[in-house]
Amino acid sequence: MSMKATIRQVDSVMVVDISGRITLGEGCAQLRELIRDQLTKGNKRVLLNLADVTYIDSSGIGELVSAYTAVSNQGGQLKLLNLTKKVHDLLQITKLYTVFDIHDDEAKAISSFQKP
Amino acid sequence: MTSEPSVVEVTLESDLKNLEVAEEIVRRVAGTAGFGEESEHQIEMAVHESMINAIWHGNKNDASKRVWLRFETYKDRLEIRIRDQGIGFNINEVPDPCSGDNLLKVSGRGIFLIRTFMDEFRVKYLPGSGTEVTLVKRIDPAHQPK
Repeated sequence: MSMKATIRQVDSVMVVDISGRITLGEGCAQLRELIRDQLTKGNKRVLLNLADVTYIDSSGIGELVSAYTAVSNQGGQLKLLNLTKKVHDLLQITKLYTVFDIHDDEAKAISSFQKP
Repeated sequence: MTSEPSVVEVTLESDLKNLEVAEEIVRRVAGTAGFGEESEHQIEMAVHESMINAIWHGNKNDASKRVWLRFETYKDRLEIRIRDQGIGFNINEVPDPCSGDNLLKVSGRGIFLIRTFMDEFRVKYLPGSGTEVTLVKRIDPAHQPK
């Protein structure tokens, strides 16, 4: 199953609901393109909802880091929502858990973004 | 009890689409060996990352080359060997992805995850015929099949 992403706007935040696999190849490329597209449109507050991500590999983790860096470099914020246990464990193992702002409640996540 | 392992061997085209084929084989072999769900996922990830190394770094994404996998299930462990047809890579050149300067790097976590998830990880260079990695995961006696 490849990666699927749908985007919805809640207040000033772009919430990206991701499902499937974020792995080397198509999944990573899709995520990269999606983030680039949002930044081009000036959307610098991004919340990645990973609740339905079934598999993420080292390249997928790298893509999350790349997205975080790209958004931060443009003065924006990228946060993560609803990590599965597998993704949670991977971020802990790789010590990225302290890098990302991670939430398990969407409303609280939305309100944690700095207002434009 | 015989010490002969149960063996599954497969040769795959060097193509990323075969990652999911390898993962399916891992799930079957690891499930039969008696690993729990978490260990099964760890083995699956270690094989996935090793396959990427073989396809991407070893075989340079050349679809005419092959990746060979061999699963040997012993009473107390699963040994997996993965061989590519590339020119090899120096594992000592892979930096620690968790150290401060590397934490936000996009790549370089594959080998780290393999080492973390498996009990043993060995790399053997086969002059003229590629690189072979061996992954070993011991079976928790509490999970062994009766």
